[in-house]
Amino acid sequence: MAKPVDNRAWFLVLPVVALVAFSALIPVMTVVNYSVQDSFGNNEFFWNGTGWFKELLDPSTDLGGRFLDALWRTLLFSGLCLLIEVPLGIGVALTLPRRGWGVAASLVLLALPLLIPWNVVGTIWQVFARRDIGLLGAAVNGLGIEYNYAQSPLAAWVTVVAMDVWHWTSLVVLLCYAGLRAIPDAYYQAAKVDGASSWAVFRAIQLPKMQRVLTIAILLRFMDSFMIYTEPFVVTGGGPGNATTFLSIDLVKIALGQFDLGKAAAMSIVYNLIVLTVCWIFFATTTRSQSEAVQ
Amino acid sequence: MARIAFERLAHGYPGSSAYALKPMDMVWENAGAYALLGPSGCGKTTLLNIVSGLLRPREGRVLFDGHDVTALPTERRNVAQVFQFPVVYDTMTVRENLAFPLRNRGVPAAQARMRVEHVAGLLGLAGMLDRRARNLGADDKQKISLGRGLVRDDVAAILFDEPLTVIDPHLKWELRSRLKELHRQVPVTMIYVTHDQTEALTFADRVVVMSEGEVVQVGTPEALFERPAHSFVGHFIGSPGMNFLPCAVEGDAALLPGGHRISLPRAYGPLTGKVELGIRPEFAALAQEGLPVTLRRIEDLGRRRIARVELQGVPFAATLPEGMVVPAEPRLALDPARLHVYADGRLVEGRG
Repeated sequence: MAKPVDNRAWFLVLPVVALVAFSALIPVMTVVNYSVQDSFGNNEFFWNGTGWFKELLDPSTDLGGRFLDALWRTLLFSGLCLLIEVPLGIGVALTLPRRGWGVAASLVLLALPLLIPWNVVGTIWQVFARRDIGLLGAAVNGLGIEYNYAQSPLAAWVTVVAMDVWHWTSLVVLLCYAGLRAIPDAYYQAAKVDGASSWAVFRAIQLPKMQRVLTIAILLRFMDSFMIYTEPFVVTGGGPGNATTFLSIDLVKIALGQFDLGKAAAMSIVYNLIVLTVCWIFFATTTRSQSEAVQ
Repeated sequence: MARIAFERLAHGYPGSSAYALKPMDMVWENAGAYALLGPSGCGKTTLLNIVSGLLRPREGRVLFDGHDVTALPTERRNVAQVFQFPVVYDTMTVRENLAFPLRNRGVPAAQARMRVEHVAGLLGLAGMLDRRARNLGADDKQKISLGRGLVRDDVAAILFDEPLTVIDPHLKWELRSRLKELHRQVPVTMIYVTHDQTEALTFADRVVVMSEGEVVQVGTPEALFERPAHSFVGHFIGSPGMNFLPCAVEGDAALLPGGHRISLPRAYGPLTGKVELGIRPEFAALAQEGLPVTLRRIEDLGRRRIARVELQGVPFAATLPEGMVVPAEPRLALDPARLHVYADGRLVEGRG
């Protein structure tokens, strides 16, 4: 059957094109435009070509070294968050009740941290972890452990990671719980008949059946933690020193603190490409291993 | 291998005082092939889960070879179960799937390997041992489920919970005959739950017919066909099911509606309750002589023809003999030897 062709139909797409151009394309191109120029204020711009990118990717330069340091810190932060949140999330999901009033109660409780805005989470923890008036900070110091996130880099890291775990483990729990609930009872009954231990049930049934939701959970948590800004900014401001200055915080320092728009634009493009690449590699490998298994 | 016995067994689900399974006593002989047959919700799966230990009965005892296993959990009962939907362990190969129950029980690897290959041979899975189980069709997955039961040489019974539900029709037949064949080679007690009479009658030596939580008859396929102990069995087995005509019985004669009197092969004492005369359509034929009936329609089933008639307003299915032209004034001839009398749905034994 020949489909009727009417090129006027393209006009129907125009509003979307305009909207996307306005909201995404133009801002991105502005950043690209900045990244190849240098500014000295007064809206004067000078052509710099790929200068910023070369400097950024060369660790021996000032900018490059700073960028690499922040990149490592961010990767370490994401890695720690994933390492803690994923196993913890799976563990909690396994222990949640399957029926009865406990289901609704625990789901609501778990969802609560997810509903709190980032800057409020930051403020809560900033106060919570203070050594003078904070419940956590005062208690830890009361136990005789020296803990001051404003002075010790280690304490700052512990605080920032604990805050992310507190805020986001629930997401992993909820996704895993949904995955677990989707497993038909017959699987558990068959495992009983086969004499499987609870570890064998986990390895043979629960973990494989959670594979898809875990892919999503890891992807979401990686992107989110890799781009984290508000919470550490509120709690530590990137300090002490540069100890918790993650890429996003550094970016804002360069862009708005020093008003180096060119450097910041180049940095944000590289930053964005890193996130895209890591997510793409992760997604491609996990979905390929899944589709191979299906064929 | 085991002889399975139930003593005053009954079960009800929590929150309800009603019985899901009414009190019963029954024995299943070692190495028998049994089918639990009944409509959805009749309690057959409940009974099966009690045997496997997934459910603990509210009353009574379950004995395997005389040992009380009522309180034993599934994993200590040596039963295997094949479920309605195929269960395979996704990440494992067919071989690993089959070896899983042995690995869990700490069977040495070499011995496990031998068992797995033996069972794979029995089931026709030998060629696909190293393939991923999740990529196979539903019929092969069901074979794997069955194989996980067979690999254990100590298995007391294999339970099947409507295992052919998700299998394509043309594979059902093949799997069913393979199962029958398997039962001849491996003498293990097999219990097969189904609501499909064809499956039950072809698989089982003895069929347990259940209705509303009650076992209404246990018997060979022939017995169920020829002497249904309950009108439910008469209706449920056979297609179309047995005919039941309200009647009054006096000695060895039955008084049918419309005042027709027919003689019975046996004599009966005084009966109470709702008395009915039961006869299968196979033993009632349209003829030139007999009870006058009104013809409603003819159903051509290919191999035979069924005449749907009415006898004094009671619907009745009869056979239209091969080659017979539908008579203008149809009459119904009943084979007297095949007439059974039921009182309140239960078969009444006659004398003589």
